[in-house]
Amino acid sequence: MMNNINKTNYNNLILRFLLYAILLVFVLYYLLPLFVMITTSLKSLEEIRTGSLVSLPRNVTFEAWGTAWSSACTGIQCEGLRPFFWNSIFIAIPAVLISTLIGALNGYVVAQWRFKGANIIFALMLFGCFIPFQVILLPMARVLGIMDLAGTITGLIFVHVIYGIGFTTLFFRNYYVNIPNELVKAAKIDGANFIRIFWSIFLPLSLPIIVVTVIWQFTQIWNDFLFGVSFSQAGTQPITVALNNIVNSTTGVKEYNVDMAAAIIAALPTLVVYIFAGKYFIRGLTAGSVKG
Amino acid sequence: MTSILKIKNVNKDFGKITVLNDININIESGDFLVLVGPSGCGKSTLLNCIAGLEKINSGDIFIDNKNMSDVAPKDRDIAMVFQSYALYPTMTVEKNITFGMKVRGIPEDIQKEKLKEVAKQLQIENLLKRKPGQLSGGQRQRVAMGRALVRNPKLFLFDEPLSNLDAKLRVEMRTEIKRLHYDLGASMVYVTHDQIEAMTLATKIVVMKDGFIQQIGTPFEIYNYPENIFVADFMGSPAMNLIEAKTKKEKNYIKIEIKLEDGSLASLKETKNLDLPEDIIVGVRPENITENGNITGSNYQYISSKVDIIEPAGSDTFVVTKLGNKEVTARFHSETDVQIGSKVKFSFNLEKVSYFDPKNGQRIN
Amino acid sequence: MTNWLEKHLPKIVLGPSFIAIILFVYGFIAWTAWISFTRSRLMPKYDIVGFIQYERLFDSPRWGVAIDNLFIFGFLFILISMFLGLLLAIFLDQKIRIEGTLRTIYLYPMALSLIVTGTAWKWILNPGLGLEAVFRNWGFSEFKFDWLINPDFAIYTVVIAGVWQASGFVMALFLAGLRSVDQEIIKAAQVDGVPTFKIYSAIIIPSMAPIFLSAFIVLAHLAIKSFDLVIALTGGGPGYATDLPATYMYTMAFSRGDIGQAASSAIIMMIVVFAVVVPYLYSELRAKNDE
Repeated sequence: MMNNINKTNYNNLILRFLLYAILLVFVLYYLLPLFVMITTSLKSLEEIRTGSLVSLPRNVTFEAWGTAWSSACTGIQCEGLRPFFWNSIFIAIPAVLISTLIGALNGYVVAQWRFKGANIIFALMLFGCFIPFQVILLPMARVLGIMDLAGTITGLIFVHVIYGIGFTTLFFRNYYVNIPNELVKAAKIDGANFIRIFWSIFLPLSLPIIVVTVIWQFTQIWNDFLFGVSFSQAGTQPITVALNNIVNSTTGVKEYNVDMAAAIIAALPTLVVYIFAGKYFIRGLTAGSVKG
Repeated sequence: MTSILKIKNVNKDFGKITVLNDININIESGDFLVLVGPSGCGKSTLLNCIAGLEKINSGDIFIDNKNMSDVAPKDRDIAMVFQSYALYPTMTVEKNITFGMKVRGIPEDIQKEKLKEVAKQLQIENLLKRKPGQLSGGQRQRVAMGRALVRNPKLFLFDEPLSNLDAKLRVEMRTEIKRLHYDLGASMVYVTHDQIEAMTLATKIVVMKDGFIQQIGTPFEIYNYPENIFVADFMGSPAMNLIEAKTKKEKNYIKIEIKLEDGSLASLKETKNLDLPEDIIVGVRPENITENGNITGSNYQYISSKVDIIEPAGSDTFVVTKLGNKEVTARFHSETDVQIGSKVKFSFNLEKVSYFDPKNGQRIN
Repeated sequence: MTNWLEKHLPKIVLGPSFIAIILFVYGFIAWTAWISFTRSRLMPKYDIVGFIQYERLFDSPRWGVAIDNLFIFGFLFILISMFLGLLLAIFLDQKIRIEGTLRTIYLYPMALSLIVTGTAWKWILNPGLGLEAVFRNWGFSEFKFDWLINPDFAIYTVVIAGVWQASGFVMALFLAGLRSVDQEIIKAAQVDGVPTFKIYSAIIIPSMAPIFLSAFIVLAHLAIKSFDLVIALTGGGPGYATDLPATYMYTMAFSRGDIGQAASSAIIMMIVVFAVVVPYLYSELRAKNDE
């Protein structure tokens, strides 16, 4: 009797141990690239050539970081990532704010002010989220040219807002749909109008979804490459395009440490957002995907 | 007394379905009107139309003799209490109650005054700084009523306000609403699916089904003289017995034949001069079927039948037997000794019987 | 006046977005489709000439490689990501103490740009200095891992990087789904003595069918749009061995100046996405409207 219980406990213990072991192996798998990026960026080129990919740096040097930030070559210019970092900031922040605001109002209308055709409009917007953007690249390039926005930061903001509205509307609509419509009725009887009801009642309730939407939009826009590479020119490129230029430049010696430092710099903003607001990010990813 | 609400020939469609059919209702200042019926009968829709939250397709609605077409809800001088209370979740109780006044630009000192009045009346003074999430169901209900009271409207509208409360609280709040009605002398329109609420609160009841009005009347009228089988069955608890019977015209009376459980026929004599068809439904409430020893009026007639089920319920005992292929419930005194399976005399009070035509469900007498 | 405004304000608010979507999504799709039926080269021509561009497209060996790659990459990427995601989700569901930390670690790749991911893996899989060198240093002197520059195997490097990026997200989806299963059913099964493995295989996983579908849709969508990853990891090479329809389209549009080809390849991509996503959206919207 005692032996049997011990045996089951023992088996369970082994299973638990195996479980944790496997999970830890996967931790290594996911952390490996990050580890390699960081260590490589802190090594000198010579150490990279003579040492091993996975070894810790013998002599830590931040030289590659300096180069990546201010003197790496992204084509003809050799100013490092700094100007492009700011490009991405100037693109992302307005685009995030505008697309979030529009999404909030749209979601409010679709969720609480049903009118004939509102659902069809919403369906059309939703479908727009799923198209491969290749199919709009050509005409958008022409239209930006016509609007005199080709290759400008404003042009990129415009593009990101247009194609972000679908997602932001979806997020807010899914959130507002769960707020009882009776609140609107009560407010109507109290005398509040469309804008007042949004401002006094819905907006104060919206903090969670605003956070999710802002994080999602910021991550999407900061990490975008396709729009960046298609609609910018040498001075207005976002950081992802600049990074790719640095890494894939065909001239000169391959400076792997600079490449890695540049990659980390490009990844930092979204990574930092993720670390500090990660759970809202996850909620954003699964919003609307998980039924129920 | 003045007409406070007049609904004239109102129809409403929802796509291809007509949800309100030719509704005509008239109530006077101080009335407590209850719209009652099963889910989907149109009562909430009608309430929303009175409030102006939904449009009607034809007809007119008059509040205090003013035509309400194209008048927005906020200008109708009404207040509404919702099933889920609909309190603004991010505002304190205080702000919830004063929100409407704030929107209308009423000066702050008057707002404070009215708030104090209402808070005292509903005993929620100590809750003013709390948010709805911190209140119990009953407290939320009172705040919702406070929000309505503070508007001093011509008409109070209630949309199933007690459905979300537990049984005990429901009874408490029901009494409070009734007291409020009495204290204020206010005109109220109240929607519920609970016929007990309807009977206890109303001065006038409108029974609805599938968008049609089945009957309008006082609780007494609805209870004792239901106009069709639906109203007879829906209102009153326990439900009215509806017994299939056949009629035979005799020289001085009409013989009403009811089939017993063993197949034989029992009969009652209806002496009033009524034009009854051959097949009828006899409607009689349990309290009007008693034990034989209770004859006080001359119009009690008895039928002997076998007892199927006995349900003791405190001061009464409900005795069930089978008549006309249906289970019929009678109300006996709890002291009466009844055995299951024994044949007992059931005494019918023919003064309180309703006759219905089975073909159209309509009342005959 | 204000009454009319108030009444129509919701429509007015939604209006601009609606117009924008009509123009910049559907209008643009129509324009691209139009161009795909013309002889446009560097500049757009608007005379319809039929299916010439599509014929050229499917005659092109490079497009053939791109389509093959899409299927190989798509199939492996989706399959492995789903499998890995499910496995990790099930493991994490076993009341692990450090679950929160593990989840954060498994999911962080999703926060990175695909350019960053591609750059990192390009370095790791570097034939001379990357993993190959590591294993050689560890004594496996014959170890060869030059997939990155091997035309036959390069596409699999894209799979590796892609799975690394997306499997954490799939895990998060599945974990949420595992936990949304009615706990009472599981308790009943446990009381009945059903072994844990059977509980998963017979009760939990079948009830997660809608989530499998969601994960599939998102992954399929990611696979079809994969552009950044290929550009950063292999540049489409060696040669065009790791070309995908997305990179083909881009090359045609901006390097080759052949917008007829660019348009037709874009339309084909569109149709593939359409075929996968539309049935799903249709059923989702119907379900939501019924609620």
